[in-house]
Amino acid sequence: MSQKVIQVTNLGKQYRLGQVGTTTISDDLKRLWYKIKGKDDPFLKIGEENDRTKKGGSEYVWALKDISFDVYQGDVLGIVGKNGAGKSTLLKILSRTTVPTLGEYKIKGRVASLLEVGTGFHPDLTGRENVFLNGAILGMTKAEIKKNFDEILDFSGVERYIDTPVKRYSSGMYVRLAFAVAAHLKPEILIVDEVLSVGDQEFQDKCLGKMRSVSESGRTVLFVSHNLLAVKQLCTKGIFLKNGKLVKAGTTKDIVEEYLSDDKQLKSDGTIPNDFYREFTTGEAFFRRIVLTDLNDNSLNRFAFNQPFKVRLQLEVLKQIKDVAININITTSLGEPIIFSVDSKDSKYLTRTFDEGIHEIDVMFDFKLLPNNYRVTIGVHYFKDGITIDWLENIYQFKIDKISYNTNEDYPWDTLHGYIEPESTWSYKKI
Amino acid sequence: MEENTNWDIIVKPKSSLFQLNLKEVWAYKDLIILMVKRDITSVYKQTLLGPLWMFIQPIFITAIYTFTFSSSAGLSTDGIPPILFYLIGQTFWVYFSDSLNKTSNTFISNAAVFGKVYFPRLVMPFSVIISGLVKLGLQICLLLVVYLYYYFNTDQLHPQLAYLILLPVFIIIMGIFSLSLGIIFSSFTTKYRDFTFLLGFAIQLLMFLSFVTFPASMFSPLNQKILMINPIASLMEAIKFILTGHGVFSLNYIIMAMVTTTALFFFSIIIFNKTEKSFMDTV
Repeated sequence: MSQKVIQVTNLGKQYRLGQVGTTTISDDLKRLWYKIKGKDDPFLKIGEENDRTKKGGSEYVWALKDISFDVYQGDVLGIVGKNGAGKSTLLKILSRTTVPTLGEYKIKGRVASLLEVGTGFHPDLTGRENVFLNGAILGMTKAEIKKNFDEILDFSGVERYIDTPVKRYSSGMYVRLAFAVAAHLKPEILIVDEVLSVGDQEFQDKCLGKMRSVSESGRTVLFVSHNLLAVKQLCTKGIFLKNGKLVKAGTTKDIVEEYLSDDKQLKSDGTIPNDFYREFTTGEAFFRRIVLTDLNDNSLNRFAFNQPFKVRLQLEVLKQIKDVAININITTSLGEPIIFSVDSKDSKYLTRTFDEGIHEIDVMFDFKLLPNNYRVTIGVHYFKDGITIDWLENIYQFKIDKISYNTNEDYPWDTLHGYIEPESTWSYKKI
Repeated sequence: MEENTNWDIIVKPKSSLFQLNLKEVWAYKDLIILMVKRDITSVYKQTLLGPLWMFIQPIFITAIYTFTFSSSAGLSTDGIPPILFYLIGQTFWVYFSDSLNKTSNTFISNAAVFGKVYFPRLVMPFSVIISGLVKLGLQICLLLVVYLYYYFNTDQLHPQLAYLILLPVFIIIMGIFSLSLGIIFSSFTTKYRDFTFLLGFAIQLLMFLSFVTFPASMFSPLNQKILMINPIASLMEAIKFILTGHGVFSLNYIIMAMVTTTALFFFSIIIFNKTEKSFMDTV
């Protein structure tokens, strides 16, 4: 079995919420007082789990707590978790840009961290000068950079501009050059944050390819990403962080499954779990289910071009709500709203009163969406003052295909020209 | 599964205060060289006069000092030609104050880089005082030209050639002194920015107490002794003495300056080490 190269034991990192850093003067003094008396730091005993969605009572939170895991030589370890789960904090600690509050870790071998490409690039220096500077910052010696310089230049593909200040570079050239330097680091352990989320597809593929070759050469990679596909493709093992705690460590497959099932998504029949996180709610009513169906009530998330569909909602009302309006937004996959709909008749908005109980609401639209991916956002508000009773953003996703529903004429174009095709009348005459 | 015991890096929340890490800094000497190169080449990019600015600055300041302090106020320059007196003071003082100003910004101005990559943080202040040395070297050339002019045209200059060897030592002490003060300030400013304001005028005031614009002979013996606690003051007088034969030169003061600087250096390293670990959380 291969050697253990990283050993993390009971790692913890505490932060203080609010203005200044991790502590205040008065807390500093209190710490000092305890230290003089030979006691433990009083603030290490307090602090809450790091859940950004809940309002806590303590100023101190644990961004990471009780993290222990081992990494063996040649492992490609994927670190997954939602925003704020502590992934970046963990990488920061392992790449030594900050220290843990508790616990310790041991590393064998040279570490290079790639939390960002182009760290330390100086805009006024030329590409060549920056390659040397950036390489040295990342831990290479001048001789190593010199040896690899032609290769770096070749990989970057900016040969023509190498003696031009990098502030004249396009952002793409900048990133290419920066990544070329990073790619030619020869560390035993490589720590990579989500650098892949920048750059075009070609660049991302290049990054992934480079990381694969690094791991194939027997070196160790720690990789943080929200891109589960990339994690699945690249990583041999994974750890799953949630609210600063290690939920699971194991094979990539297990980790990704665990992560997905943990993600509070809709159940397959469109039911919204009772503990679904809501940003705004008065607690008087909750949406319990949302589906898009065809005219025969089959729930679908993929429709043919021209196919009519319905939105079916279930709203559970706990306490009677008066004068409310339900709205439905259809947005693009990037979240730009394109349709906003509220119940109305003859250009007058209609409000309703819902009694206690579960209500089912069907909504039919009269428009034609062009082939693309869409999302649905639903909300129920008091009509007059706009107070939100319940609101779920991007709760449902669906797709419109190019294949036609009722005619033989499929949507003929490949590129996106818009989102909605209106009914229109065209008239022609020669003048 | 073999357990290995020879770890390269062990990180714990707290480590010994006196971890100097100078060995690690040495391993990154290439980075220091490149940083120095960057400092020097990037400063004068997109300027018309380029490195000439290094000479214009002391020339103008010397002219103003000569006009105000000597010609108008009639203050003593210890028998040294006023222009030379102020140019010497200015050349070495600016090295000190520039180094102090820049090193005191170590953490804040490099936060973006420090937050992303680990390398020994001391690389940054070291590269600052070294690139300052390069600038000082060029300014000393200017000083030399002026000096030779007076040397051949007046008989006021009596260089102490036997002590000339001490000049580089004094410059190094000045560099280390400014580095130490600078990194202490930089450590404090990560958390409380108040120190930036304090430093801004403290440097200005310190100049008047460092025999840059007034010779030590203008002060009473007691005041002189008090002012000599400041290593820059005693070194400034010693430098003037070596170059011109005028000024206060005492081995006691030199040793005192060395001891003060060494003590401050170790103290500053302790503070710096403590800060560099967690400054990303406070900066």
